[in-house]
Amino acid sequence: MMIDTPEMGTEALLARIAELEQRVSSLEETPAQSIEDRVSMVVFSGELDKAIAAFIIATGAASMGLEVNMFFTFWGIGAVRKREKVFAGKNLLEKGFTAMLPSGTGQLGLSQMNFLGAGAQLIRKIMKDRDISSVEELFEMSRELGVRMVVCDMSRELMGIADSELIDGLETGGVATFMADAARSKVTLFI
Amino acid sequence: MSSFDQTLDVKGAKCPMPLVKSRKAMGDLAVGQVLQVVATDRGSIADFQGWAKTAKNVEIISQETVEDGGVNLYVHYLRRTA
Repeated sequence: MMIDTPEMGTEALLARIAELEQRVSSLEETPAQSIEDRVSMVVFSGELDKAIAAFIIATGAASMGLEVNMFFTFWGIGAVRKREKVFAGKNLLEKGFTAMLPSGTGQLGLSQMNFLGAGAQLIRKIMKDRDISSVEELFEMSRELGVRMVVCDMSRELMGIADSELIDGLETGGVATFMADAARSKVTLFI
Repeated sequence: MSSFDQTLDVKGAKCPMPLVKSRKAMGDLAVGQVLQVVATDRGSIADFQGWAKTAKNVEIISQETVEDGGVNLYVHYLRRTA
């Protein structure tokens, strides 16, 4: 029968400490350990009401002292396009997309009760009458407040949107760009 | 009514503007100074509480509702703490 000598006990203890140290250091490397006061949003939808919601959250959160990043993908890219459409250098399908899809917040419709754009115009009028900031003002404020805006390059290309059609100064990236921010966020939203 | 160092009039401003403007005004204050914010947006009461709870540099000293010619004014006193 083995009897624990004091030497062996120390050895076992040291081994245990080494094991625990390793576990602590691996825990320290996980994203959960570096959570920031950050809000991450995926802006997937291409409708006026959802864009308004996204930019109100962005401006509000940034004003509260939170870091904010927005990832524009799929239909959501419509909100960060310039008004001018570019057809040159595109194939037939891309030209079709360009003709059909909204370019900029000015062309976004409502997700409900749009009535071929009349609903969107009505909402804009009501908001103006009540001194509620327009989506364009909210967008500008978001930028002033330092909200990080990243456009999904894959869906931009898929939808035949040229780089020159995007609002100047935005970043481009992919899922890992978003996840790197989202993994250390306290709040993540999909809009 | 508490004493204050700066006042900000956001009467008529709707969500999220009272917050956005207050945050900007707060940036101009020295640490320890107090900002008075006068708003008509009812939501600003809960909004400012949420802000103070979340931000590390703002605390609410008091919030009061004052009637002014049939209009409710929501008056907030906020101290910059950092």
